[in-house]
Amino acid sequence: MATDGLLQVEGLTKRFGGVTAVDGCSFAVAEGAVTALIGPNGSGKTTLFNLVTGYLPADQGEVTFLGERVARPHPARLCRQGLARTFQQTRVFPHLSVLDNLVVGIQQPWSGLLRRRRGAADQERAEALVADFGLTAVAGQLAAELSYGQRKLVELATVLIGEPRLVLLDEPTAGISPALIPTIERHIRERNAAGVSFLVVEHDMGVVMRLCDPVIVLDRGSVIASGPPPAIQADPRVLDAYLGG
Amino acid sequence: MSWFQPWGVARGLIVFGALALAPLLLPQHWMLNLAIFTLMYAALAVAWNLIGGYAGYVSLGHAAFFGIGAYTLGITLDKLGLSTPGAASSSFHDLVPFLLLPAIGIAVALMSLPVAWVALRTRATTFAIVTLTLLFVVQTLAFNLTKLTGGSQGLAFPVPSFAVDSFERPFYLAMLALLALAMLISWYVRGAKLGLALFAIRDDEDRARGLGVRTTGAKLSAFAASVGLTAMCGGVWAYYISFIYPQFAVDPLISIGTVLMVYLGGRGTLWGPVLGAAVVIPAQQYLAYRFGQNNLYLIGYAAVFLLVIVLLPRGIAPSLADWFRRRGRRAEAQEGEPELTPRVPVRGGG
Amino acid sequence: MRTVVQAVILGLSAGAVYALMASGLTLAFGVMRVVNVAQGALVILGAYGSYALFSHLHADPFLSILVVTPLLFVVGVAVQMVFLRRLRSDERELSLLVTFAVAIGIEGVLTLTFKTNYRSINPSYANRTLHLLGYQVPLVRVLAFVLSAGVLALLWLALERTRFGRALRATVQNPTSARLLGVEVERVAAVGFGLGAATGAAAGAVYGIVWPFNPGSHYDLISRLLSIVVLGGLGSLGGAVVAALLMGVAEAVVAATLSPVWSSFAFFAVLIGVLLVRPQGLFGTVTRGEL
Repeated sequence: MATDGLLQVEGLTKRFGGVTAVDGCSFAVAEGAVTALIGPNGSGKTTLFNLVTGYLPADQGEVTFLGERVARPHPARLCRQGLARTFQQTRVFPHLSVLDNLVVGIQQPWSGLLRRRRGAADQERAEALVADFGLTAVAGQLAAELSYGQRKLVELATVLIGEPRLVLLDEPTAGISPALIPTIERHIRERNAAGVSFLVVEHDMGVVMRLCDPVIVLDRGSVIASGPPPAIQADPRVLDAYLGG
Repeated sequence: MSWFQPWGVARGLIVFGALALAPLLLPQHWMLNLAIFTLMYAALAVAWNLIGGYAGYVSLGHAAFFGIGAYTLGITLDKLGLSTPGAASSSFHDLVPFLLLPAIGIAVALMSLPVAWVALRTRATTFAIVTLTLLFVVQTLAFNLTKLTGGSQGLAFPVPSFAVDSFERPFYLAMLALLALAMLISWYVRGAKLGLALFAIRDDEDRARGLGVRTTGAKLSAFAASVGLTAMCGGVWAYYISFIYPQFAVDPLISIGTVLMVYLGGRGTLWGPVLGAAVVIPAQQYLAYRFGQNNLYLIGYAAVFLLVIVLLPRGIAPSLADWFRRRGRRAEAQEGEPELTPRVPVRGGG
Repeated sequence: MRTVVQAVILGLSAGAVYALMASGLTLAFGVMRVVNVAQGALVILGAYGSYALFSHLHADPFLSILVVTPLLFVVGVAVQMVFLRRLRSDERELSLLVTFAVAIGIEGVLTLTFKTNYRSINPSYANRTLHLLGYQVPLVRVLAFVLSAGVLALLWLALERTRFGRALRATVQNPTSARLLGVEVERVAAVGFGLGAATGAAAGAVYGIVWPFNPGSHYDLISRLLSIVVLGGLGSLGGAVVAALLMGVAEAVVAATLSPVWSSFAFFAVLIGVLLVRPQGLFGTVTRGEL
């Protein structure tokens, strides 16, 4: 098996009762790319994310991250190794301030638990990112008091502050106002330029075509096509999967 | 953002300074007796709040650790030969139980870790149930390990030779010291990364895990600190009442009373649990005094409890903070102390 | 070996009674996501009801179920409507405290009325034994098993075959969709909670014939019942029945082979063992929504 690339998924399978949500799924995510993972509803994208990040145990198959086989994926451990994710329904810590939300995302050694909650370095890092995301005005507010779009930004910033190598984004633009979509795209692009790789589940094909290369298409739990966006757009199997369901 | 807020530190010093002097001003035995129980429950509530309030893991089994602390102290004293009547009584011997407390707290905290590790794998309701079950198991053990605990015959503690006039004072000061320790830990934790991790766990544990937060470590530390403090309270309590029985040392009412006080005062706040204890214990003792003869106090207790939950589900401290906020004392919205708001070091330093 | 088989038989009958009590708990959890810590107290209340009818009116304890069960149904509905309905869905832990307080209240009322002495219901056939495949089994144990199985079967039929049962199952699965489909979720929740209390009452009458009890007995009961429902997987009726039988047998076998002292410990050992492997219980599932 080739070991180039950041993340490899090999024959991953997950069954819920009689339903096979992910079925022998294999693909690789290359370092430095913004890779899209698309597919019709119910094709297993979110389940795949849950398997890769250790939120669900897989029935079969293996995941390799940074060239090492991940024997038992564990969310926190993977995150400390540089694999972070967001969730489909935007999740922030509602009773923490925006700044504190971000500080939670800063990786800590064990001994860090007893250190000051927001040391000078943390404060600086969080404030810089909050400013970058245009959230300075609400930095002291509870996340619960923010608008949906603002929460989406906070969620993204919280993941990015941990300096991950690869981020799995589950529908980063779902449900937000169209005006905010370019902002989200910009943040992803900027971070990508700074060396962070992304794997993005996205329904908005405009976003996918502008942002991502390559594109992986999932249908009924397995990969049916992958390649650069124009090739995917022209691929009859992809059209079948979306229309023929 | 700093750990030390001048007003918070001043408040802590004033409250604890006044409490330390109180025995000199409260000559009557019944007053000190009441004060000892109030301090004990305040300490228990603050300790419970570490895991139940900060991390949102509602434990109904803390009475198990209270009882374990009481029995560990009693059995240790017994093994040291200090419990036998007529054992040479000197003022040093009288203080031995107090000196043993830190060791007992640490031992119980460490001992709880394996159980906590299993229990903390479960969430919300299941966790509450598992801890409640633990309570009953410990009670069964206390009844049945007769060689160690004396079973239903009870376990005797050495009777100290404190002067009759000021007999309660050492116990009062010991409970006060435990409350101070509990508050100190509680205040330190909320200003540390540990506190942030616990609040994140309470809000969304799965997401916290996904962000690399050391959730298991944070939960276990909070749980261990919480039950260690609880065990120390149990030790002082047992020495004070000098004879313990399984049904009183491992009493579900201790668990539920503690939880009630935290809810009443305000879950996840620094002073809320103390406030809750200061309201509930005097009220409860009054009920017991008025109605204790004919068992009406159980009904009274239940009634108080239901009223608190129905009328003040968010607790006194957050409701008061809201009220102040509405009165415009704090114009800026983010300066209040909303329910479960962890930014409280801003106003809640101890 | 003989002792073990004998213990298994006794364990199954105890398990069946536990299953009946636990099914009430499961039902209440299903309709409201509320863990009814007062279930043990409701069982003991039922036992005292039968006791009162037996000692004053000489009513047969098994027949007294017909009177006690409807009464406890009303109590259950009242508790739900007065205390539990007003809790918000994000305050589920509060329901534990509310029902705990209700349990203490019931204990208080019983203590006031009946004092704290242990009571037992002793009908004329209390000491008769049956010979079953060469084993001696107390008649009341057999009756307890039969009655528990019968009530459970009735409950199952009611859930599967009636309109109300369908509404209730829909509410358990998804309250929001059920509401959209025209189910009066509030009413279903109240009736479901009442049914839970009523099953507890039926079990209480049986409990009172087999075991002596006092107002404080509910603590012992609830710790067992909670272990059972957690073991079975919260909200799973079948899981609760299997777990109850398992616990009943484990307890009886430990009591017969080691010592009765350690029997309640067996409960906890089994619970911890299972939770180590499956934090969600035997038949519980991690739903997608939880992630």
